[in-house]
Amino acid sequence: MNEKIKIIAGVVIFAVIFTCPLWINMGKANEAPVPVLSEKAKAAKTCILPKDEMRAKHMQILDGWRNSVVRDGQRIHIVKDADGKEKEYDMSLSNTCLECHTNKAEFCDKCHNYASVNPYCWDCHVDPNAKKEASL
Amino acid sequence: MKNSKKNNRREFLKTAGATAVGVAALSGSAFAIGEHFISSKETKTHPEDLKAVRWGMVINTKKLNEEVIHAITTACHTKHNVPDCQMFKEPATKKEHHEIKWIWEEHYHNAFAPDVEEFLSKKLEHTPFLVLCNQCQNPPCVQACPTKATFKRPDGIVLMDFHRCIGCRFCMAACPYGSRSFNFQDPRNGLPNRQPTNPAFPTRMKGVVEKCNFCAERLAIGKKPYCEEVSKGAIVCGDLGDEKSEVRRLLEENNAITRKTSLGTGPSVFYIV
Repeated sequence: MNEKIKIIAGVVIFAVIFTCPLWINMGKANEAPVPVLSEKAKAAKTCILPKDEMRAKHMQILDGWRNSVVRDGQRIHIVKDADGKEKEYDMSLSNTCLECHTNKAEFCDKCHNYASVNPYCWDCHVDPNAKKEASL
Repeated sequence: MKNSKKNNRREFLKTAGATAVGVAALSGSAFAIGEHFISSKETKTHPEDLKAVRWGMVINTKKLNEEVIHAITTACHTKHNVPDCQMFKEPATKKEHHEIKWIWEEHYHNAFAPDVEEFLSKKLEHTPFLVLCNQCQNPPCVQACPTKATFKRPDGIVLMDFHRCIGCRFCMAACPYGSRSFNFQDPRNGLPNRQPTNPAFPTRMKGVVEKCNFCAERLAIGKKPYCEEVSKGAIVCGDLGDEKSEVRRLLEENNAITRKTSLGTGPSVFYIV
């Protein structure tokens, strides 16, 4: 019988210690950051896809862009917008995405840091706006 | 007893085989995992995209001099953010000198080794040659690359997908022309203020190989390579597959040689001597 009490006590202590990160941090979650749109992006109103789809799929789109450009030599993406109108985009991270989303820190990095993802895009690709600021 | 064991093993293998087939069928093509493509119906090329059956280059060494060579290498390297090897020597990085180069000057006896005659004409011995990736028809680097980061396009350009390069340097061992350079350190260390000299073009990262890309990014928007643009007529790029092209006319009218022809790589860069 003594063993039974010891075992139960041990299990309870283990459970408490094991779950402590959960209950210590309960209710203290950082608010998810909201990406800030640059003036240019606001003025454009639509991105290549609706906002929710861009939020969920931008990494797949960028991966597709890089494959199309490098492998197939196709550089223009034709997208139909909500009204069925065709729009063309030069498939370039630095020259198309960041042309509109001029605020990489507020638009890209904020969420990536929060979600702890480290895309290595910027090891090679250039933020054209950072260059402008540096030379000013 | 022995029999039943055998049967068990047989049954097990059967089930395992059937499961493997099922899993493979359900998951589709396994190699496609993690790769995304834009449907070709949704993409197109630039209207002014320059096309060729086989891209090639003719370098007229008679028109090369120090000034032209400097203009060509500078244009190519600054426009493609190729790091300046001199800057790696700076005490800040404390790294040994190493070179990254896409196009550079070489003497005849180096560029055309081992097919160099014993008694060369003075002119040939002192003529500066410009060497770069030969965009081989039968590229050994493409065969060597284990990740297909280096590949040959249908128009003959041997291109690198820097995203896929794992830095194994097999391609460098395979290339008989030394056309490839490896980034032993962050190439941005070799750029002024660590800033790209041409912000519209990416830099590379530490641990990838790089080489001349025949200005694929310029051909795609209807422009000829940078080297041709500043060469004052010393370099002509064009379609080797088109009999009426300027490059074919030059090759018909002049004596032209290629580097290490006997290796059978089929270089697309010709030198008028």
